[in-house]
Amino acid sequence: MKLHELTIGKAHELLKQKEISSRDLTMAVLDRINDIEEKVGAFITVSDKTAMEQAEAADKTISKGNISPLTGIPLSIKDIICTKNLRTTCASRILENFVPPYDATVINKLKRAGVVIVGKVNMDEFAMGSSTENSGIKITHNPWDLTRIPGGSSGGSAASVAADMCLGSLGSDTGGSIRQPASHCGVVGMKPTYGRVSRFGLVAFASSLDQIGPVAKDVTDCAVLMNAISGYDLKDSTSVPKDVPDYTSFLDFFEDGLKGVTVGIPSEYSATSGLDPEVSSAVNNAINKIKELGAQSVEISLPHTKQAVAAYYVIAPSEASSNLARYDGVKYGFRDKDKKSLIEMYKSTRSAGFGPEVQRRIILGTYSLSSGYYDAYYKKASQVRTLIMEDFKKAFKTCDVILSPVAPAPAFRIGEKTDDPLNMYLSDIFTLSANLAGIPGMSVPCGFSANGLPIGLQIIGNHFNEKMLFKVAYNFEQATEFHKKKTNL
Amino acid sequence: MKITKDEVAHVANLARLDLDEAATVKFAGQIGNILEYVDTLNRANTDGVPPTSHAIFITNAFREDEVHEHLDRDAALANAPEKEDGNFVVPKIIG
Repeated sequence: MKLHELTIGKAHELLKQKEISSRDLTMAVLDRINDIEEKVGAFITVSDKTAMEQAEAADKTISKGNISPLTGIPLSIKDIICTKNLRTTCASRILENFVPPYDATVINKLKRAGVVIVGKVNMDEFAMGSSTENSGIKITHNPWDLTRIPGGSSGGSAASVAADMCLGSLGSDTGGSIRQPASHCGVVGMKPTYGRVSRFGLVAFASSLDQIGPVAKDVTDCAVLMNAISGYDLKDSTSVPKDVPDYTSFLDFFEDGLKGVTVGIPSEYSATSGLDPEVSSAVNNAINKIKELGAQSVEISLPHTKQAVAAYYVIAPSEASSNLARYDGVKYGFRDKDKKSLIEMYKSTRSAGFGPEVQRRIILGTYSLSSGYYDAYYKKASQVRTLIMEDFKKAFKTCDVILSPVAPAPAFRIGEKTDDPLNMYLSDIFTLSANLAGIPGMSVPCGFSANGLPIGLQIIGNHFNEKMLFKVAYNFEQATEFHKKKTNL
Repeated sequence: MKITKDEVAHVANLARLDLDEAATVKFAGQIGNILEYVDTLNRANTDGVPPTSHAIFITNAFREDEVHEHLDRDAALANAPEKEDGNFVVPKIIG
């Protein structure tokens, strides 16, 4: 097996036994990036020089007998997570030259664990989108079919993992932005419970919904990354002071491994218009497989599913319009220096710096919060959010996890939906409820379409019940072969 | 029409965005479609339902009032498009 194809778990074993060095591994990954980046377009910045320094430092640590499960492991990082002295653009022209003077808490934790950061990966601008086509920097192609989108907004994370241009990645998920690209690229992605992982140093999109999480080649790697990034942080007042279990301890596969687990199947989801028959059949097969492994299933109801999309597309843009007010051409980022008055400078800086989707959401959000419309839009959406949370609360009285598709259809063609934002928003129907309710969700590979595109199964759990997601996902993964399939790149 | 061209222009001004005529018209159509969809919210009965702004129950997150590690002034100013004598520079505000 080629080094860049290794999982984190396997690479760790080889590093520990000193059969390979982090230097070898990092060079293999950088060569791989060099070979196929032109086709995939996953990276905004490749940090080859600092990556080699980090690899050499990791080798020294290992030679002293100190090794963590992530020491010397090459990772990519979504370009919305601040990395000290390494440009962080949010795929936006307005932050094109922004070099953070500090590390996000998750980066601090990863650096302390000894990882190698090979680069910053592409995304929809400010994480607003489902295809990575809203990037102000470049287009990312799906490694399984280069004419298609990788999903979004963490499209660069998912594409770089699927194409073996790193061993794992961190993304962020506000309405499905980790799970949906993971599904489209045939990799594992997790959005943790809100408050599980510190958001300090994550550039804010919608603060009550945003959460950082891993994108990985398999469930084990996902658990290893979750162990490394989870936990309370004094610098994030919304992070939750709660002990972090060892997520790898829930990875135990045996016959009847899911005995005693009840999975809930939402009756509303099968009736979703636009649900692709191939996705529906792959997800049904996955549910049957999980039942064969000993799980029981019950039908549950999430009656406010349809309103969830509407509530989300009021709440997320409202929060975004407020968060993005900070880009004023004064403190950092792009500034239109030709304008003589302050207000003109603000306006022209923001209009030239933000792409169309970001401007559309700022206007939608500002409108929803404006005098006369606040009650009808923002307040109403926030009340519906309460109803959505109650739906889940009720559902989790009868089941441990909820199973569903991640996306209604496999990856679509680049350019297919760009002129129809509402249509693009509707494709988030299965994922965004978890963000509104603050509960964890995961995507695991569960099949391929007839033309070879990956399909993901979504597993949703109750607050801080990531362990149950890992248990179900791991048993399913070990009983199937989908995660072993590689792209032809 | 859920939102007029003039309303889009007004909101754009509030959000400090400078839209040309073509963008204003295009946004009015697209945002109008989105708002029409958002009307599905009205199918939910929210009488007496409290709004949620935060999905995890946390009350005031206090900490000790102590000085922690922080950025020095040069680091904080490093990305400023214009700076002078340790300050951010903005266009003249008072004539």
